[in-house]
Amino acid sequence: MEKPHLLWLQSITCNGNTHSFLNHPDLFSILSHYNIVHHPALDGSHSFDDVLKDDVPCDVLILEGSFIEKGFLKGGVEVSFILEKYAKKAKYIITAGTCATFGGVFKQKDPSNISGFCFDLEEKSIRYDAYASKLISLPGCPVHPKWLSYVLLMLANGKQIPIDNLHRPTELFGYTVHNGCTRNEYFEWKIDADNYGLKEGCLFYAQGCQGPYTRGSCNKILWNDISSKTRAGTPCFGCTEASFPQTSLFQTKTNMGIPAKMPLGIPKRAYLSLTGVTKSFKIKRFSTRLLEYDK
Amino acid sequence: MKIAEKKALKRESIIQAALQLFATNGFHRTTIPDIAIKLQMSVGNLYNYFSSKDILAQEIIRYTSEVLGEKIREVNDTDASAQEKIKQIVTVYFTMAKEKPEMIEYFLRVYLSNREVFSDGCEGMVCVSGFITEIMVFFDENVSSGELRNQDFFSAFGLFMGYLGGMVFLKGEEVLPKEIEYYIEDISRNIYNALKA
Repeated sequence: MEKPHLLWLQSITCNGNTHSFLNHPDLFSILSHYNIVHHPALDGSHSFDDVLKDDVPCDVLILEGSFIEKGFLKGGVEVSFILEKYAKKAKYIITAGTCATFGGVFKQKDPSNISGFCFDLEEKSIRYDAYASKLISLPGCPVHPKWLSYVLLMLANGKQIPIDNLHRPTELFGYTVHNGCTRNEYFEWKIDADNYGLKEGCLFYAQGCQGPYTRGSCNKILWNDISSKTRAGTPCFGCTEASFPQTSLFQTKTNMGIPAKMPLGIPKRAYLSLTGVTKSFKIKRFSTRLLEYDK
Repeated sequence: MKIAEKKALKRESIIQAALQLFATNGFHRTTIPDIAIKLQMSVGNLYNYFSSKDILAQEIIRYTSEVLGEKIREVNDTDASAQEKIKQIVTVYFTMAKEKPEMIEYFLRVYLSNREVFSDGCEGMVCVSGFITEIMVFFDENVSSGELRNQDFFSAFGLFMGYLGGMVFLKGEEVLPKEIEYYIEDISRNIYNALKA
């Protein structure tokens, strides 16, 4: 059986997703399941000129970057025209990164005209109906290399990928970033982190961590197989969400000390009842530096 | 009626009888036999429901906190403005102080005055969370809507509930020259002026 043809196209992008994927430790093993037609940084069977002028093969199309209907040209051709041409042809479309999925960082330049390919934030764009049946959303700034490899290998092996209402694979986005965070004990007992980069404390209460309401498996499938933002002591920026990028990233918005945004699916009363109780206790282990406690 | 329902009703009647006795005669001067006599039940049977006087005292504060919390929740669930809600909460609190004085008296004169009874099992906000949660919801929603000024929770909480508790305490001491509802209007305005954005 012939390998599927993989085409990677870029729209308005910083190349972050391209570079992220290059960090995959098994990059070439994964790509060996495909015929690479064109890729912005790796050798492919066709040049970008071929992509523009000819009708190159395309089974799986990876889109990177925010979408604009008019005014963004490559080689004298509207990029939107190129994307749509191959989107029609592809059996699967993967929007790699938050820009291609929801609009992301580059949407900020011209919010009314720049969007994701099939979604404008979480709203369906006019292209949605045409491509919904073959669309897989992989938001993230950048996309996690292993999320992309999961999708590529599933497709190459003819497997169905379960997706949610925004077309994100549920195996990857059914979790929140909070899930698997090594700071969960501190979250349970409502102990703040006093600063960044510490081993102790939760970053949700003061430092702006968006892990409890951000979809993504960053703390389950680690970055570089080693770590994650929250594990390293930096708040999650919510980069997989349609609302990304937000402002005041290092600050938790509170109303009279109460977090303005609740962990995903948690009713405010439930959260507040629990908080009132847990904050009533002082647990020595959680107010002591980890390396000092058992001395 | 099922046995479980009967037991639940009996349990509540013990709480209410004990609440009245504790609030009127004080925690230490009230004994388990006093409560049993008021309910015309045996001391042994009462112990089937609550294994000690301290545990009964803790259940009472949970119970009163839930009752008050439920009433504030009804206010929170309306579409009224923050100013109107403040007035409604003040009214709820003062009405309870008048109609069921033992509820608030218990809080002020037993719960706050006998901390040793509550130190194991009712730490911090554990037993009053039914009430505190609704105050938190009130603050959160009205800061979020822009009607109240964002500030530290306890600065706002102390101003609001300390004020109301103080007034009810003065009422209990029979110091207030007028009926407590006379003060609702002015106190509500004072609280709103202090908390508004």
